[in-house]
Amino acid sequence: MEATLFYILAAFIVIFAIAAVTSRKILRAVIYLLFVLISISGLYFMINYNLLAAIQLTVYGGGVIVLFIFSVLLVHHVELELEKTPIKKKIIAGLLSVIGLGITLWAIFTYPFQTANTYKSIEVADVGFKLLGYEEGGFILPFEVISVLLVAVMIGAIIIAKGKKLKEN
Amino acid sequence: MIEGISIYEILTLTSILFFIGTYGFFTRENLITVLMSIELILNASAVNFVVINTYLYPDFLQGAIFSIFIIALAAAETALAIAIIINLYKIVYSVEVKDTETMKY
Repeated sequence: MEATLFYILAAFIVIFAIAAVTSRKILRAVIYLLFVLISISGLYFMINYNLLAAIQLTVYGGGVIVLFIFSVLLVHHVELELEKTPIKKKIIAGLLSVIGLGITLWAIFTYPFQTANTYKSIEVADVGFKLLGYEEGGFILPFEVISVLLVAVMIGAIIIAKGKKLKEN
Repeated sequence: MIEGISIYEILTLTSILFFIGTYGFFTRENLITVLMSIELILNASAVNFVVINTYLYPDFLQGAIFSIFIIALAAAETALAIAIIINLYKIVYSVEVKDTETMKY
């Protein structure tokens, strides 16, 4: 049962990811990306990491995709189609990607992974204690750095986006 | 851990996702779609962190926490990049890669 669900999710992810990078209508590409992100959140649910699945749904499905749609509507007409990529560029990029995929898969399948027999699902409380712990192995410093980074990004985005038109008529 | 699914299958899936992202990164000529390809790449790596943590080292939580950091960084990067793209559109009236030749006027 779970295996079938995983294969369905995997097929969704691969098909919609290919659609998202090849579709020439940009708004459709954004929606395909949304499907990919939701399928990945389903993958997190299957691994029993519910916190990250919820974060994925809210941050990506709720935040990033809305940002993308906003920016697409601000800079494009909805009906506009993207320019065709030259076929030579497509072939070179496809070849490079396939070669890289081959090398990565070869490395993965020749490495003997020592899978652990015990298994625990990742609890929210454990993640919270670890994230705010200041004893050995705690993550309080990166947590604080991330919060400073988010403030910096917020201020930076506001200043950059409202910059005045440099090329006056 | 998913019942009946080994770590190899999930790693294969994330590798395919990663290289679809790089393909889009190479071929797309629009800044917003390039950014979407980067999102695919970051998502593939976040899934890798969680999977390797739960399959190989279930007693530790490092991978699980790093994936949260990856998502936070990806969201911050997207917000900043879209601010830059919109400002660029105000200046050169285009978001194609080939039209963005100068970084500063």
